[in-house]
Amino acid sequence: MAYEWVARARNYGKETSKLPCEAVHDHPLKMGSVINIDNTRKKSSTPSDSSSKDSSAVDPLRSHYKADCTCFYTSIKKERASSLSSMGESSKSESEDDFFEPWSSKRSGILAKYTTSEKLSITTSFLSSSDKDKIVIKQQTTVTDKVKHRLEQLDDFEEGSVKEMLNLSQQDYVKRIEELNQALITAWESDQRVKALKIAIQCAKLLADVSVIQFYPSKFVLVTDILDTFGKLVYERIFRKSSTFTPGSNIPIMLSETFTHDQVPDSAKETCRNWFYKIASVRELIPRFYVETAILRCYNFLTTGEFSQALVRLTKMIRGMGDPLVAVYSRTYICRVGILVAPDVRDHLIENLFSFIISYKQLQSDTVQNILAEQRLEMPQYLQLYPPGLDWILQCIAQKSPESTLTDILNRCKQECNSALLLNSIITAFKPEYIAERALQFTELIRNCEEAGFPKHHLYRSLGLNLSLCDPPEAQRLQILSEVWKVVMKMKDPTDYISCAEAWIEYVCKHFTKREVNTLISDVIKHMTPERVFEKYYPQLQSIMCKVLDHMHDFSILVSMDKFLPFLDMFQKETIKVDVCKLVMEAFVKYQQEPTNDPVVVNALLFVCKTMHDSVNALTVIDEKRVIGQLITGFLRKIDFGRDFERQLDSFVDARSSFSNLETVLVMLVQSVNLLAMRTRDVVKGSHTRKTASFIRACVAYCFITIPSIDDAFTRLKLYLLSGQVAIANQALSQADAFFKAAISLIAEVPRTIEIDHKVKPSEPYLLAYLNNFFATLLVVPDSPEQGALYLVRGLLNVVQEYTWELNGGAKMSVYLNAIGLLSAMSQEYFIYHVEKVDSNDRLYGCDKKFLTEINRIVSTLMESSV
Amino acid sequence: MFTPNGKTELPFEIPLKPKGNKPLYETYHGVFVNIQYYLRSEMKRSILNKDLQSQAEFIVENKVTSKKGEVKSVEFSITPESLENVKERAKVPKFLVKGSLDSAQCCITKPFTGELEVVHSDKPIKSIELQLVRIETCGCAEGYSKDATEIQNIQIAEGDVCRGVRIPIYMIFPRLFTCPTLATANFKIEFEVNVVIVLQDDHLITENFPIKVIRC
Repeated sequence: MAYEWVARARNYGKETSKLPCEAVHDHPLKMGSVINIDNTRKKSSTPSDSSSKDSSAVDPLRSHYKADCTCFYTSIKKERASSLSSMGESSKSESEDDFFEPWSSKRSGILAKYTTSEKLSITTSFLSSSDKDKIVIKQQTTVTDKVKHRLEQLDDFEEGSVKEMLNLSQQDYVKRIEELNQALITAWESDQRVKALKIAIQCAKLLADVSVIQFYPSKFVLVTDILDTFGKLVYERIFRKSSTFTPGSNIPIMLSETFTHDQVPDSAKETCRNWFYKIASVRELIPRFYVETAILRCYNFLTTGEFSQALVRLTKMIRGMGDPLVAVYSRTYICRVGILVAPDVRDHLIENLFSFIISYKQLQSDTVQNILAEQRLEMPQYLQLYPPGLDWILQCIAQKSPESTLTDILNRCKQECNSALLLNSIITAFKPEYIAERALQFTELIRNCEEAGFPKHHLYRSLGLNLSLCDPPEAQRLQILSEVWKVVMKMKDPTDYISCAEAWIEYVCKHFTKREVNTLISDVIKHMTPERVFEKYYPQLQSIMCKVLDHMHDFSILVSMDKFLPFLDMFQKETIKVDVCKLVMEAFVKYQQEPTNDPVVVNALLFVCKTMHDSVNALTVIDEKRVIGQLITGFLRKIDFGRDFERQLDSFVDARSSFSNLETVLVMLVQSVNLLAMRTRDVVKGSHTRKTASFIRACVAYCFITIPSIDDAFTRLKLYLLSGQVAIANQALSQADAFFKAAISLIAEVPRTIEIDHKVKPSEPYLLAYLNNFFATLLVVPDSPEQGALYLVRGLLNVVQEYTWELNGGAKMSVYLNAIGLLSAMSQEYFIYHVEKVDSNDRLYGCDKKFLTEINRIVSTLMESSV
Repeated sequence: MFTPNGKTELPFEIPLKPKGNKPLYETYHGVFVNIQYYLRSEMKRSILNKDLQSQAEFIVENKVTSKKGEVKSVEFSITPESLENVKERAKVPKFLVKGSLDSAQCCITKPFTGELEVVHSDKPIKSIELQLVRIETCGCAEGYSKDATEIQNIQIAEGDVCRGVRIPIYMIFPRLFTCPTLATANFKIEFEVNVVIVLQDDHLITENFPIKVIRC
């Protein structure tokens, strides 16, 4: 049975004017973004406020984005602050100075750098004696019992097999040390304080041992960790002992964190003194020094102002250590502890440095030579053990110190110890401003200092790093560069050379023109080419490239350097090459603001992009593909030939042949060509000449050919529709028909699920939206004279009918309803919208009876199948 | 007087005065000489119960004698020629160690201090140590006996130290084993410090410094 159906006649013009509207001043979404921000994050809300004020037309998404950014930023800052404060009292002194690298970060660096494959040994009586750990703690009632028990304990250790564990690998060693740390804590917790002290002493003793010397810095780090633990335990215990009882109450009152020594009860002071007496009677120098330094903070309980004396006394004590490496690390430890417990006491710091300078000659002594010969170590390797300690000492001195300190130290160096080792640490430790100020003087110092086994390229590198952070006086810049490069150029060893070049390239990029950069790059190429040594230095070369890209944003200058592409050619290993190409393109996408059509730039970068593109194969991961795709599209978007549309199209044709493997690029090309067509339409204001019309045909043909090579069915669908719309807009009717037909026949292939942002989703809602869009387009598409009335609509409905929709879903129904809506709109005398210069069906048929009957027929079929 | 059941505390105070002109020496626990003071208390009880006794040691420490003699530093210089007790002087390597003690009269509560400098030494040095020695002398009819005990050993240098650097001498007197130097008619307690230089080949060079320990 057929349903009677009549479309309501509508007067669209009248309807639109009736719609109630109300003018608004604020974007409704913008409010939300400000309200969402907590009051607590005042900082973060202010920038977004201001941004909403100064730009009247705000993009609501953007303001959100900004607020998010600032929140993120502050949260990072907070995180940093909290990580600092977790280091206890250190944060106060260290966070004040941005240049101060905290020990915790240095620590891991040392552990990573100083490793060994040699066998190590530990001498201790506390390990792997599992049975002995179970010492029963008797209830100690009387004092004599207690004393007796302690003495027993002592005897136990005295007899206790002090044995040497030999043949430990580095991993074992680290593990053992960790065990010692645990043993210390366990002993402490089970009230065996004598044992804990003994463990601390034995640990400190390990630092007197310089066998396997290349591991010494790491050993220092591990052992001082234990000593720090010990110091903390002692401090906390005395702190707890210092709590007082008010008369008539059982609750102890703890000392405030900032107590003075006269608030400490006598009993606690006595305990504290006992600790110091006990340690003062330790026979050996090195353990005595380390353990006393570890509990140095406890002087807080005894007197005020003891720190400066104690620190100087301990510093002098180090003079008794004959081995220069042991002495330097002892100095490192005292500086480290000193900075924590008494940040304002500085006398001992400089004293430590000067003592080092005085005893510098020890480094060349026979004893050291013997050790090196025994362990088959070269002097340069040996000297590399010093920088972490020495850097730390100098960093402590440099912190918050005036420039005159540097001058003093330099003078002293010149007179007594003009050594490359020390100079290097000075350059590393002091503020870049101070260094940059006298960079020229440093070049001279470096030239004149004694190498003595510490190669000078380290110094040039350190100086270069400083100068890239802070600019030297303008007048000296060129002279500095020529002074330095004169030496660097002549370096024979490629490792030394590249480490310097890497440090200096930034300075050159910052202060000089492309000529100098080009010269430097060509010098790098010259040094790296012989025997293909560049293969060993890809990371450094990559970093050079990074720095060049960071500082030279103008690609026309960059590419015009004749050594840029040869430099790029040095990256020959496939993966590295692609990485570098990515770097280049990232820089381009980031820094190139203006579109370009400079043939040199375009050709060079096309080459780069081609390299990236060619690296893509079946095994490439999706993310990698996406990144490359984004970079290439970013590049293609920046190419603009202005009004020369034909050349633009040519470049798109080239791009298509070059980047056919990347779907994102193809999609972007289709979009761009469509855009080009629309721009042409704008230029001719809708009325095409013969020439522009044929250009449009070319664009349309381009799209028509390109779309089928895209894999994703849904993307193809969308592009067909879009291209069809563009074709219609440009009066290319038969081409538009072809697009629509292609789209219709493709619908059947749409898969049930599609992947969007890495999530698999059912495709139905998207298909539904697409079909609605399609219907809306079909309203204006005039029927082709060769086909019957409503050929496309009928075709589309047939496909919809045959498509396998979700069972029990209303999707098919809503498609039908929308189709009825379309047909209803089609039966109006004047359609609701038109495309300029295209006669739609309303004009073609002019409410022709046959046409309306046809519509009615379709609608009743639809209703029949719907109900 | 009868004490009631339960805990009774009887505070007391006795002025500590020596009998006649005998001096009260400071408490001292040694090997051959001991000076100890005890307080004994006795509780008399009714006939059926035994009396109770208890004894406790108390420590006597003299008041600070403010008479602090002038501080005079002791300079020293150790060379092969200054050594005594050498069998073959020709075999002794050349060396010169100079130094000074801040004072030979030391306060028991203050550290023992000074400086020491290895000017040169042919043989490498292994260690430099301070040895605190106590000498107890007991007089008797046949003469007297003299006994020395090492009571503390503190290392002040380890390894072949840098030449020409003044290494600090620093030692804290151990609390249990030291007392002010004492000389009486019957016994003496004296202290000495040995500076011991151990060479790499384990040869010892020792220089002896008698010191006077005082309480000030």
